Amino acid sequence: MSAAQTSAMPAHRSLFDRVVLLHLAVLAALFLAQFVVGDYQHLSLARVMVLATYAVGYNILFGYTGLLSLGHAMFFAAGLYGAGLAAAQLSFGATEAFVAGIAAGLVLAFAVGLVVLRTSGVSFMIVTMMFAQAGYLLSLYFGEYTRGDEGFVLQGDIRTAHLFGLSLDLTSPTVRYNIALALLGVCILVCLALVRSPVGRILVAIRENEERARMLGYDTYRNKLFALVVSGTMAAAAGAAYALLFAYVGATFASIQYSILPLLWVLLGGVGTVLGPIVGTLLMFYLVDFTSEYTSAYMLVVGVALLGLVVWFPKGLLGTLREKVIAWLP
Amino acid sequence: MAAVTLLSTEGLSRYFGGLRAVDDVSFTLNQGEVRAIIGPNGAGKTTFVSLICGRVMPTSGKIAFEGREISGLPAHKRVGLGIAYTFQITSIFGNLTVYDNVALAVQNSMRRAGGSLFWLDEGALERRVADALGRVGLDDRHDAVASTLSYGHQRLLEVAMGLALSPKLLILDEPTQGLSDAEIAGFCDLTREIARDATVLLIEHNMDVVMDLAERITVMNNGTILSEGTPAEIRDDEAVQHAYLGT
Repeated sequence: MSAAQTSAMPAHRSLFDRVVLLHLAVLAALFLAQFVVGDYQHLSLARVMVLATYAVGYNILFGYTGLLSLGHAMFFAAGLYGAGLAAAQLSFGATEAFVAGIAAGLVLAFAVGLVVLRTSGVSFMIVTMMFAQAGYLLSLYFGEYTRGDEGFVLQGDIRTAHLFGLSLDLTSPTVRYNIALALLGVCILVCLALVRSPVGRILVAIRENEERARMLGYDTYRNKLFALVVSGTMAAAAGAAYALLFAYVGATFASIQYSILPLLWVLLGGVGTVLGPIVGTLLMFYLVDFTSEYTSAYMLVVGVALLGLVVWFPKGLLGTLREKVIAWLP
Repeated sequence: MAAVTLLSTEGLSRYFGGLRAVDDVSFTLNQGEVRAIIGPNGAGKTTFVSLICGRVMPTSGKIAFEGREISGLPAHKRVGLGIAYTFQITSIFGNLTVYDNVALAVQNSMRRAGGSLFWLDEGALERRVADALGRVGLDDRHDAVASTLSYGHQRLLEVAMGLALSPKLLILDEPTQGLSDAEIAGFCDLTREIARDATVLLIEHNMDVVMDLAERITVMNNGTILSEGTPAEIRDDEAVQHAYLGT
């Protein structure tokens, strides 16, 4: 029998089958990694995990629902500024600022979704990009608060998070690493639960054939809105965590580049695979990291590597792996 | 037994530019009936049933289902009321497994019965998928990717998806097109079985199938209803013979 091309869900499963175990194992491996890698890698991995969270969110909309957004930077930036400005201007504590960032992304995704989901295909790409550009320009326009491209640095009390009576020092590499891991872990498990639920099946159906999904009785607009809100909220959570963990908030993160990057990471790792975004983000990050040590023309090397992937792994690393070897990968 | 009207249309029209695809059609369908709609190509049959299931919105006129006006309802809500449509051009999810294709239909009917879309009883879902696939005879193909099925099996999968919605009205749009004689015979048995607990509206070109299955036949031509009656009446109707049978 040929392997399933997409998230073919096994007919029989229990709560702790091999799929769940695999994902827990990956998270455990990331947890253990902090004890073996050096200081530099330690920081890099924390950063990669936050960005991978962003990619996981992006993948829910793009990989599973089939909607290609070119404007996800607005959600990442909503989280970044939502948390950063709440901390800098309103003197929120770190935990409250984090929640404010997520809430900003959720509200924005819902409001933007109501409008952009009236379009599809190429118009959807263009309209999302327009909204994101509007967001980027807003961050420059209100330069008095955001300090625009230059950005601002979070310092002082905000570098300590208070949660359940614990005080967490956000300048500590270990704390940062484990907060990033916890965030990624939660988002991976939410994503896994979602794509294995009946709703996940509907999202895939919309990706495959929206008209047919409608004729099976599903309100596809509402389901797409749901996917966009979950996706945007995860992106915002990543943005808020980025601001609070790495203490910098700047307009670059709202720019078009940060809308394209998650698309690239997801394509590399495997569209519509739960773990693909992590693999893609890791790979891309280290590709840039290693090659830039040897040559200033590192983007050339990265470009060639990406071309190679497109040729030999057209569905991304995990996507192609699923097609050829492990069909049960969700 | 007094006939109960399940579906009725009143002055239903749909124009595409200057083309009157469906023109002022008033039609009633009784509960439990197997009705065939026949007519030459371009008579407006598919547009007519598309108006009923909501894929196409009417230019004017009314549709009532179980006495309730549904002309303005979007397609997905009509499915919720119990109108299922199976596509003329096979329209399954080719990249998904047979199981997932049918599960999509089953979970909708489970949701309508009060289930959640975040947590469903997987066991019940599996049983109902197996049941729907069993009825069309695809029991052993659960894990096959839908696009790898033969054409005939894809048509059966399409019907299984319609069945799994537990519809009150099942609209079959040219279901036997492209099937072998043996497959057609199996299909007729299946339709008779479906008709035990659902009303069936069937668009069909194969006259043997129509004469075999339909209790009543509606003949369409140029967007209007030309004639309506039992198979025997239709066979003897001169206007029908002239327009459709070509004599």
